[in-house]
Amino acid sequence: MLCYANAHELVRRMQAGELSAQEITRAVLERIDEVEGTVGAYVNLCPERALETAGAVDDARARGTDLPPLAGVPIAVKDVICMQGMPTTCSSRILENFRPPYDATVARRVIDGRMPVLGKANMDEFAMGSSTENSAFHITRNPWDTERIPGGSSGGSAAAVAAGEAILALGSDTGGSIRQPACLCGVVGLKPTYGRVSRYGLVAFASSLDQIGPITRSVRDCALLLGAISGHDPLDSTSLDEPVPDYAASLERPVSGMRIGVPAEYFTEGIDGDVRESVEAAIDQLVSLGAKRVDISLPHTKYAVATYYIVATAEASSNLARYDGVHYGYRSKSADQASDASAIIALYENTRAEGFGDEVKRRIMLGTYALSAGYYDAYYLRALRVRTLLRRDFDAAFEKVDCVACPVSPTPAFRIGEKMDDPLSMYLSDIYTISANLAGIPGISVPCGLTSQGLPVGLQLLGSPLGEEALLRLAYAFEQSTEHHTVRPELAGKGAA
Amino acid sequence: MRIDVAHIARLSRIAMSEEERAHFEEQLARIVDYVDQLQEVDVTDVPPTAHAITRHNVFRADEPRASLTNEQALANAPDEARGYFKVPAIIEEA
Repeated sequence: MLCYANAHELVRRMQAGELSAQEITRAVLERIDEVEGTVGAYVNLCPERALETAGAVDDARARGTDLPPLAGVPIAVKDVICMQGMPTTCSSRILENFRPPYDATVARRVIDGRMPVLGKANMDEFAMGSSTENSAFHITRNPWDTERIPGGSSGGSAAAVAAGEAILALGSDTGGSIRQPACLCGVVGLKPTYGRVSRYGLVAFASSLDQIGPITRSVRDCALLLGAISGHDPLDSTSLDEPVPDYAASLERPVSGMRIGVPAEYFTEGIDGDVRESVEAAIDQLVSLGAKRVDISLPHTKYAVATYYIVATAEASSNLARYDGVHYGYRSKSADQASDASAIIALYENTRAEGFGDEVKRRIMLGTYALSAGYYDAYYLRALRVRTLLRRDFDAAFEKVDCVACPVSPTPAFRIGEKMDDPLSMYLSDIYTISANLAGIPGISVPCGLTSQGLPVGLQLLGSPLGEEALLRLAYAFEQSTEHHTVRPELAGKGAA
Repeated sequence: MRIDVAHIARLSRIAMSEEERAHFEEQLARIVDYVDQLQEVDVTDVPPTAHAITRHNVFRADEPRASLTNEQALANAPDEARGYFKVPAIIEEA
């Protein structure tokens, strides 16, 4: 099926004149028509726009114009990335009718890269969540088992790629929101080094942790898409002014002699037996390819979740203060007759009460609490100090190893509704992914098997700052030496029982 | 740990019913109990990390550049009048 082909194969076939960008886009749109009613990966679709881009690519190719590497490959964009004139909702009521007056830098790169944009992918509201159940509009189902969640917050992006509803997708990762859904949906997801990819036009959740990154079905596609979106951006002062390597070019370099750190703290209680077995087998596989296993310790790991939920919520409480019903977005209709300062306060309070979902309210309040008078030192400042310790754990590890190998998620995809009434247990499902955000380092999730119930498991590789090449090279060697990436979900389409 | 949710909700500018307040109070208390384990970490002489990847201040030339037009800036406004964002009257007419 064309909708399940990899981007690099499609590019080759377009270049050879065997396929047009319009044929590919149409095939993916047909797949969307077939399974979207079941999966619910998108909040907004823009088929005309996608076909128009594809048509322009075909015309340009016919004229012999040089085209960017991923020209004509259809992509889903997480609805947290601003695209001019298209609704950008963050899956929130408060931004339901918001149409950004500008493009995010990454959106610009996608447009300049001539990738047909299929639509905006569903997510947990404001990227807060691990299951995509916090979307204000609808849930997204895991293509491997539609009674289960796809992970989150980039659940729509991962499910779209897993279901053949997109060839490529963009997600964002603040505490695992690319890697965890990629893992649970059996696809590849990479969170770049903080600053590798511009955040300009990415709706802010936690500005010191957020990064945009690729979700794809193969490591090579991941390398290509990462290359397309990376690089310095004067519009983002935290963007790194470092050259962007040709990530795809170094994929086939040998991995023999590379040192892989296995942290004891990531294989303790709470990890599912099948997950543990698959990840251990994946590490053994890397060793059989010539990599060297080194047992390491990341001693502050047990404090990562607590640190994260202070730092991320503090930043969120500040970032989300902008949703006030005045400049853009939803405004409460409940009128206040007072004509003094209380009227505007009531406008803010009602707008935010009606516009935000429960998880967003919880996090705003937790962050406000951590920053409030009397608690700042005990919570926020202390969390920033523990963050230093977590970062030092990785600094020390990378003195000895080239990358760290561990699980992505302690369990496979859980059932819809299972954790909705227990926010803390939902937070604990991020335990293996959040340290990378706190330390600013890159991480990739690559499929490494299925559980006995047929649910995908991912291997996570974490690298030193700007160590994406090493991660991709190891992930590629692993992928190419195993069959995990060739298995597709059995997803019943329209009309099926 | 008991959290004064009414106070925090007010600081957060989120209106809340009694029922919601009770619901959030129970959930937030459990989360705060969990994050309280940070109190056991020895952070003596450990500096805080606000940004993991060290960056120095970034400057650019102070030159005027094109920006959003008034129309673009107001395009998403819930209410506007005469080129301004409109909010409820907060000062009585003289």
